Amino acid sequence: MQISEAWLRELVNPPVSTGQLVEQLTMAGLEVASVLPAAADFSGVVIGEVLSVEQHPNADKLNICMVEVGKSEPLQIVCGASNVRPGLKVPTALIGAVLPGDFKIKKSKLRGELSFGMLCSEKELGLAEDADGLMELSPNAPVGKNIREYLALNDSIIEVDLTPNRADCLSVEGIAREVAVLNRMEWSRTKIDSVPVTLDETQSVAVENTTACPRYLGRLIKNVNVNAATPVWMQEKLRRSGLRSLGPLVDVTNYVLLEMGQPLHAFDADKLHGTVTVRMGKLNEKLPLLNDQIIDLDEDVLVIADEHQPLALAGVMGGSITAVSDATQNVFLECAYFAPESIAGKARQFGLHTDSSHRFERGVDSTMQHRAIERATRLIVDITGGDAGPITEVVTEATLPKRLPVVLRKNRIEGILGITLPNEEVTDILQRLGMDVCTNPDGWEITPPGFRFDIAIEADLIEEIGRIYGYNNLPDHQLLMRAELGEAPEAVLPINKIKDILVAKGYQEAITYSFVDEKIQQLIAPDDQPIFLKNPISADMSVMRTSLWCGLIKAASHNTNRQQNRVRLFENGLKFFQKNGETVQSKSIAGLVLGNIFNEQWGEENRAVDFFDIKANVEAIIALTGYQVFFNAAQHPALHPGQAAKILTEDKRLLGWLGMLHPTLEKQLGFEQNVFLFELDQDLLTKKKIPHFEELSKFPSVRRDLALIVEEKITAGAIKKCIDNCAIEVIQDIVIFDIYRGQGVENGFKSIALALFLQDNKQTLTDTKIDAIVTEVLAKLKNQLSARLRD
Amino acid sequence: MTIEEILTQSLQDLEKVADLNQLNQVRVAYLGKKGAFSLKMKELGKLDPDKRREVGQLINAARNEFQAKLEASKIAFENQALAERLENEAIDVTLPGRGQSIGGLHPITITLRRIEEIFAGVGFKVVEGPEIEDDYHNFEALNIPEHHPARAMHDTFYFDAHTVLRTHTSPVQIRVMENQKPPLKVIAPGRVYRCDSDITHTPMFHQVEGFLVDENVSFVDLKGVVYEFLRAFFEKDIQVRFRPSYFPFTEPSAEVDIECVMCGSKGCRVCSQTGWLEVMGCGMIHPEVFNAVNIDSDEYTGFAFGMGVERLAMLRYGINDLRLFFENDLKFLEQFN
Repeated sequence: MQISEAWLRELVNPPVSTGQLVEQLTMAGLEVASVLPAAADFSGVVIGEVLSVEQHPNADKLNICMVEVGKSEPLQIVCGASNVRPGLKVPTALIGAVLPGDFKIKKSKLRGELSFGMLCSEKELGLAEDADGLMELSPNAPVGKNIREYLALNDSIIEVDLTPNRADCLSVEGIAREVAVLNRMEWSRTKIDSVPVTLDETQSVAVENTTACPRYLGRLIKNVNVNAATPVWMQEKLRRSGLRSLGPLVDVTNYVLLEMGQPLHAFDADKLHGTVTVRMGKLNEKLPLLNDQIIDLDEDVLVIADEHQPLALAGVMGGSITAVSDATQNVFLECAYFAPESIAGKARQFGLHTDSSHRFERGVDSTMQHRAIERATRLIVDITGGDAGPITEVVTEATLPKRLPVVLRKNRIEGILGITLPNEEVTDILQRLGMDVCTNPDGWEITPPGFRFDIAIEADLIEEIGRIYGYNNLPDHQLLMRAELGEAPEAVLPINKIKDILVAKGYQEAITYSFVDEKIQQLIAPDDQPIFLKNPISADMSVMRTSLWCGLIKAASHNTNRQQNRVRLFENGLKFFQKNGETVQSKSIAGLVLGNIFNEQWGEENRAVDFFDIKANVEAIIALTGYQVFFNAAQHPALHPGQAAKILTEDKRLLGWLGMLHPTLEKQLGFEQNVFLFELDQDLLTKKKIPHFEELSKFPSVRRDLALIVEEKITAGAIKKCIDNCAIEVIQDIVIFDIYRGQGVENGFKSIALALFLQDNKQTLTDTKIDAIVTEVLAKLKNQLSARLRD
Repeated sequence: MTIEEILTQSLQDLEKVADLNQLNQVRVAYLGKKGAFSLKMKELGKLDPDKRREVGQLINAARNEFQAKLEASKIAFENQALAERLENEAIDVTLPGRGQSIGGLHPITITLRRIEEIFAGVGFKVVEGPEIEDDYHNFEALNIPEHHPARAMHDTFYFDAHTVLRTHTSPVQIRVMENQKPPLKVIAPGRVYRCDSDITHTPMFHQVEGFLVDENVSFVDLKGVVYEFLRAFFEKDIQVRFRPSYFPFTEPSAEVDIECVMCGSKGCRVCSQTGWLEVMGCGMIHPEVFNAVNIDSDEYTGFAFGMGVERLAMLRYGINDLRLFFENDLKFLEQFN
């Protein structure tokens, strides 16, 4: 909410500067978002009256005006505005004036005609963003008076960001009340000078839903002149609160809303048919609103209706059927208290948010309606004339909000705030806040005032005490915390360690959005069952990622599009999918690599990165766990069919995938190099084996090299597994040190050179024993894999 | 040859030696088993015993002289060879090292790790929670019933009427308190989501929620922890202020401001000319929240705080555009290696 500082100071004027006032408000929880001057800096502008207007001889769109500015003679001023006319009072910049933007007014010649000043629009004076002509002042504005003085522009606009609990401060009166508390002084409530009732007509009113509308006040005001001008002071106050003047009736209701926080609504009384009823909407009813929106009602929506149709969305917005217009002569003024629960969410439901709904949702003082309707009537009659009828009130005492007493225990203040306050200080603070304070043996019983919807429990009162005492006046305690020994779980591999390894391997960590482009996801993981957002921000962020690859691919593209030809990224986070109707959120770590193995450099022969480079990185991570895993050739929709491995844990659970992005996808996604990807399930990956010591052998280790010829389709993994299956304890390690194809090996075959490392714990292995083992291994390899020794 | 002649000859030969190899040949020629000095020694046996001693001394003296010169010469050649080797092996040490270059962590991760480290020091445990969250944990249990105005401020992403992307890390508070009894000291870092995207908002960002529940925990303890954390995080005795505010799940509630680290409190664009920057929200856990998890709010009290990680990272490193965090431009990421 934004208000004029001068307006606030009419009600309470503490001896503090603007800066101090703002600081006080902010530190009391009414955060001041900005303080802006009520008008931009300008000088030398006075009220002028246009005496005559003549067509410029050399320019169709210009006029030569004679303008009275209270000097000895009228000034000749050339003006191009379309609304210039004799009799118009208008802000006039004199020679020597400086307008906003350091625009100096000088004597000038326009198409051959002298001009001794400038007639101004609101925009030119920095009072509005836009203007469609000269600023028109009231006919009784005093000619020659400085415009800054006339409009009282030496003022600040204070914008307060109010938290939802402080509905009581959504008005100038509310803020004044708070300022008075902070400065320990009185404030003056707007005095209400009731208009004498000069009309004996009433509009009949019925309230069907008394829970939603405990109090409804209305009155007729007849014979108003809606073409009367809203006074400048009111227009200016509205402007400084960000509201445009829209005719006297709307201006008055807006003004009272700002002044007191009470929304009112004026209906064109001649368009009402029979009794005005506050009731719930009906299915299939339609209600055209003031903003030209037509809404469909249902039985949960509170409306104001007459005997023909719904007329207004209660507490939110009026309807167009009964809206006041230039032709309105008689009005029915509504001033109600709607319960917050009945208004809450309704504006949003229809995509609306109004000053009225904002206040009713948060709570309007239910005792204020009489004052407010009297105030509005007074202002309307003063501006537009007219005869006010008696006030009709429908009230249901039982449903009006009750302010129940709240128990406040002295020891609780200490327990929550951490300080001991003298009883008198507690009483004083609460009384200043308008609370009714009674003491009891443990402390107090406090009844909050009607405007404080936010005080319902003891903690609320304690907050008020802390707030007024000042949070910054409370000490900062060095908390003595219960000490306990830490934990060092060893069977879990910290994810940070894995990330650090990837960093050491040259990977850069990325953080990408958890929602991705459905099209990319469809390409990468067509078989997953994704979860769609109901209200995505855009189509390319519409579905939750089922794989971290989607985001990494996008990030990689971002970089390759910016001349990066080497990308190594990883990401760690949740992926989301449906499984058997359940939402699964599982932790994952994934990587993407493209480009050369090394940064460009002098010392290493560079080459494009390949499958085994990435596999080494994955193996390095897995090595941290102490567990063995299996890399099995398998098919994945996103990966090259010949360069994809499914990674399985020792107990055959799917740990993840590793491979080259399928060349078709590579092209579709706009890459010009091979892209390698891996993704691992974090929960499975971070299980760590606690090491168990094994005796070191005192006997020598022996190496035997075997060069095997096998068919192409026989994998290294199969050979290793076959040897492992021999279950020969003395074989400590198997190392593949060469793969050969070509001369000496027939087509469709390859030679795999491997070294067996043999060692016994109990004895030195003899040649005879070693030969026997090698023979056994070779026999098994021949038997199962048709492997033979290379000649 | 007389012993004198042998000595003279040997010294002349030694002078002519050009490298260690030749030196070795000269050594063998004079000191080897069949070398000139050795043969001379063998001739001693033929002499009279009384003469033997005298001549023997002469031979020894000559041989020692030669040997000393030979050793000196050897050391000189070795030194020379070493000097040559060192010179030949000199390299350009300004050339970069070879092999794989190092990568780096994302600045958000770096910031999260620092936050976690500071709190871990006093025994806070790190707990994570789901990001697809139910309405109950994200709102209801945190005292934000349906139609509460605070919901409108959250710009929630929905999956269905009861399932959302968590809008804050506070639901972790509920999940922990549902399963564990006080005393509790927990921080919950993670991704959160709001349906909002412009120059100062990204639809995803990170928060760290922290809370402590125990007997006799009060607002002054909260102030102490927050002050100490901010000073540790910025490694500076930074000015901090507490402003009353409102969160449905804390009462009393406060916003925490720090002096603007961009302009030194003089007032700038970042702090909207106020000299202060809002960095976290906090407060005493609301009795309704304790009710929701069956903790007796008369027996236990607690505080909770929540901070935006991007904001802290931006202030710490002077980053001026929030959106950079999620573009993952290598030129940005590599600045934090």
